[in-house]
Amino acid sequence: MLALEFPPINEILRWRDVIDPVGLNKVALIGIAAALVAIVIFLLASNQDGMTAPKGVRNLAETIVEFIEEQIIMPTMGRQGLGWTPFLLSLFVFIYLCNLPGIIPIVYMPATARIAIPLVLSLLVWVVFIGVGFKHQGFGYLKNSLFPPGVPGPLYILVAPIEFISTFLVRPFSLTVRLFANMLAGHILLVTFALLTEELVQGDSWILKPVGILPFFMLLFITAFEVLVGFLQAYIFTILAAVYIGGAAHPEH
Amino acid sequence: MEAFSILAANLTGDEAKAAAAAGSAGFAYGLAAIGPGIGIGYLVGKSVEAMARQPEAAGMVRTTMFLGIAFTEALALIGFVVFILIGL
Repeated sequence: MLALEFPPINEILRWRDVIDPVGLNKVALIGIAAALVAIVIFLLASNQDGMTAPKGVRNLAETIVEFIEEQIIMPTMGRQGLGWTPFLLSLFVFIYLCNLPGIIPIVYMPATARIAIPLVLSLLVWVVFIGVGFKHQGFGYLKNSLFPPGVPGPLYILVAPIEFISTFLVRPFSLTVRLFANMLAGHILLVTFALLTEELVQGDSWILKPVGILPFFMLLFITAFEVLVGFLQAYIFTILAAVYIGGAAHPEH
Repeated sequence: MEAFSILAANLTGDEAKAAAAAGSAGFAYGLAAIGPGIGIGYLVGKSVEAMARQPEAAGMVRTTMFLGIAFTEALALIGFVVFILIGL
């Protein structure tokens, strides 16, 4: 009845190289574009006079910086963490701009739906929070994170390996998978409902043609939902980075 | 019903493997979604309760809620990745 053939996963995720010898494909180009857009916005904003009332692009930039400071750094790291604003701001803006192309017509590919970008970003966060731990606490960082105080002596045989796995192995893994799988799931959902709409509307059966409006509305709804998901995932990635860095800088007593 | 007719037909090894993989991929994701579904529901419900009781603490509760959602949701997402890995 319906010739509904879901394309193999490579067809919706693997793109041909656009510029051949360099090996830049769509995903890499989106990543570069995201970085460039962010750089241009913040350079334009920083060129404006800070003494007068902000207008235009500076308004936008100030809103984002304030959001990072008030919503991400203050609740997790407190006032001492404000020095991390540039790092967390870059993370947030880059991830958000990589997520956004997933719903921009014609482009329709979130750069974070391939595991490379989330993996590199979370390895960066991993290196940074371990580095911060060693910088602030020296080798006491290992002792504090593997042997948390207040645990009865013999239990350390159990606690130390668990803490090691959860701090140094699961953290980068879950950061990667959370971002990657969320964006991939959104992408696959969009493909599914677009395909369903197309097959129903263009199919042979006259009875099924009007039914095609249902998956189309679902497509609209998921597109709106993806705007929220893209923002939320960028927010969660950044806030977890802030929590990890804050926890490494100041051990719990 | 179509799935059963596929199982009943004579299949070569690869086809049978693909059919079994598709079936178990569905089970993997479905089972992985149960726990986190309950967990996130409980977590957000409690957070709303806290925010309703103490609106001035809403900002702090919301931040903690998102952190909790992130950790809970990771399990479901690992299930989704397994679904992709064995199913497609």
